[in-house]
Amino acid sequence: MSTAIEHPTYNYKVVRQFAIMTVIWGIVGMAVGVLIAAQLVWPALNFDTPWLSFGRIRPLHTNAVIFAFGGSALFATSYYVVQRTCQTRLFSDGLAAFTFWGWQAVILLAAITLPMGLTSSKEYAELEWPIDILLAVVWISYAIVFLGTVKNRKTSHIYVGNWFYMAFIITVAVLHIVNSAVIPVSMWKSYSVYPGAVDAMVQWWYGHNAVGFFLTAGFLGMMYYFVPKQAERPIYSYRLSIVHFWALIATYMWAGGHHLHYTALPDWTQSVAMVMSLILLAPSWGGMINGMMTLSGAWHKLRTDPVLRFLVVSLSFYGMSTFEGPMMAIKTVNALSHYTDWTVGHVHAGALGWVAMISVGATYHMLPKLFGKTQMWSVGLINAHFWLATVGTVLYICAMWVNGILQGLMWRAVNEDGTLTYSFVEALEASHPGYFVRWLGGIFWLTGMLLMAYNTWQTVRKDSKAPVAEATAQVA
Amino acid sequence: MSAFWSAWVTIITLAVIFGCTWLLLRTRKSETFKEETDKTVGHEFDGIAEYDNPLPKWWFQMFLGTVVFGLVYLALYPGLGNFKGLLGWTSTNQWEEEMAHADEVYKPVFAKYATLSVEDLQKPENEAGLKMGQRMFANNCSVCHGTAATGAHGFPNLTDNDWLYGGTPEAITQTILHGRQGAMPAWGAVLGEEGVRDVASYVQTLSGQEADADAAARGKTQFQALCTACHGVDGKGMHALGAPNLTDNIWLYGSSFENITHTIRSGRNGVMPAQKDLLSQDKVQLIAAYVYSLSNK
Repeated sequence: MSTAIEHPTYNYKVVRQFAIMTVIWGIVGMAVGVLIAAQLVWPALNFDTPWLSFGRIRPLHTNAVIFAFGGSALFATSYYVVQRTCQTRLFSDGLAAFTFWGWQAVILLAAITLPMGLTSSKEYAELEWPIDILLAVVWISYAIVFLGTVKNRKTSHIYVGNWFYMAFIITVAVLHIVNSAVIPVSMWKSYSVYPGAVDAMVQWWYGHNAVGFFLTAGFLGMMYYFVPKQAERPIYSYRLSIVHFWALIATYMWAGGHHLHYTALPDWTQSVAMVMSLILLAPSWGGMINGMMTLSGAWHKLRTDPVLRFLVVSLSFYGMSTFEGPMMAIKTVNALSHYTDWTVGHVHAGALGWVAMISVGATYHMLPKLFGKTQMWSVGLINAHFWLATVGTVLYICAMWVNGILQGLMWRAVNEDGTLTYSFVEALEASHPGYFVRWLGGIFWLTGMLLMAYNTWQTVRKDSKAPVAEATAQVA
Repeated sequence: MSAFWSAWVTIITLAVIFGCTWLLLRTRKSETFKEETDKTVGHEFDGIAEYDNPLPKWWFQMFLGTVVFGLVYLALYPGLGNFKGLLGWTSTNQWEEEMAHADEVYKPVFAKYATLSVEDLQKPENEAGLKMGQRMFANNCSVCHGTAATGAHGFPNLTDNDWLYGGTPEAITQTILHGRQGAMPAWGAVLGEEGVRDVASYVQTLSGQEADADAAARGKTQFQALCTACHGVDGKGMHALGAPNLTDNIWLYGSSFENITHTIRSGRNGVMPAQKDLLSQDKVQLIAAYVYSLSNK
């Protein structure tokens, strides 16, 4: 990187690195997602090779999109936001650089070990113990950099975005370390220290908080900076921030048991998980309201600003999936939706509609500023990306709703003699069109990400034609 | 759970719910403005200010609504430690009620056929019973034997009137109720690789396949010494032991030279799992009738 784009106060180098990797890992993670979606439509696409089989590369997809793509976006934006809102440089450049290279190393190790079939078999925590240890070290370094920077702030208060980032960083450290507690039996094999149903509960306490803190609190931190910044409007309500922040982090902790309704988990645990999941609705919507209402007085900007569109539509999907989630946590609804594609659709309403959209919007906001430009090379391409992403998300979740309800109803249908009306394979056959539409949605998303990569390249490369920002404007 | 853990669960559950409610009410009470305002709270971060707007009313009410629902639910259902809930509901008694209900509704449907023999069930007037058997087959058996009962590699075809353990109604019922455990021993260590290939050549000739005549002649001697105890002198198998007929060109594990040598060298251990603990006697009766019908049109 040329020194001409270095900021006098802030460490933008690590932000640039993570921002670029956000785009790259986004493409990789979604490409793998498109492949496994295609395998469900055309099973021959596993090519009879174990390392391309669905069971092995599905965790590669989830790890790549959540931790590589989403993680890089969180690192990039949190380092960017914490410096700008605390008006101070990162606590340690060296440690920040370590978090970048360490995080990339974890991702590369995941990309090697998961297709080899090396897995702890815990969902979203598949990495084996040596990689888990590296991840823990990187994460604790991240916590030191972030919390140290907040401590060194030049402002009197801590900005609400940083509350969410801090909650996300601290909680993920706890979740990862507790859930990954294992007894290694060899270099690449270990067994959980928890027995049976306790292991399942710990896993889903981790799993749902991976959603709650990694994919929600972290991205709410992102939302609280980039939405008001892009809209150039104040945050709607500081009071709402306070209530929904504390209520969100307090209740999310309890919700994991709803992944284990009607299982060996004790009844009381299931009830408490269901109740807390329902109470979680209002705190979740608090974030959506604060984001949406921040736009009052700035709605006209949506007509011309596709970056703002990404941010606003992400909030709509956030609101939709945080309504859907508590509903699905109700035991009677869960009895229909559990184990069906509805769950997969719900996750992607959040993952594509909320997480990916807001990451993309935030990255489009940051990139020009990080590379000394006033805006991205092509606003038209951002707009095209926006529509591809929106249509792709809608195709995906509609296909999974239809499939999920179809499967749930077919599985529970019985004949007058009590036998099941449909065999499993009949429900699978009926799901085939939905799988195709889902794959198509993935193709839309991946195409959009490729446009983003091209636009990014044209913005950051040496002879970029994107308009250059004046030095004074850049410092501000 | 012990009294300590019960109290612990109760206290922290209620602490979270009431803590959230307290924060909600307190914040609402301390609002500076009751209507939307353009006043900010005074801080600014990188140019971002924050309005001092009140909590949206509908949101405040929705929050309280979920809290009330949650507390009512925890009063009615198990949740607060050892407290059983006022309704006395448990997942176990829900399951028992549903099973009792199913018994009540479906028992008579099966009782109609319980006294009929497998042969009687083949009669046209009992076609509905046979259909029930077919549906139960699809639910329980098709994973291995296929939806059309035509089998797969290692899983017998049930439509070809070729039976490992016999095709009488009694034999079929016995197979379903109690399962079967195939036991073709591994002969690799005894015969050596040469011997395995010789015996395989001989086995090929039994069903009229082309094979190396010299090898088959050598294999015949070995076969008569080692294999006839189960497969019979003529290779036609034995139902009592589940030893397949080797002369009919129907192959459970494939007919190629490679498949046959593998079978002889390493053995085979096919398992039909017993269904007696999973399916009631009258259900098995109907499934047996369906399976019987496939080979006795």
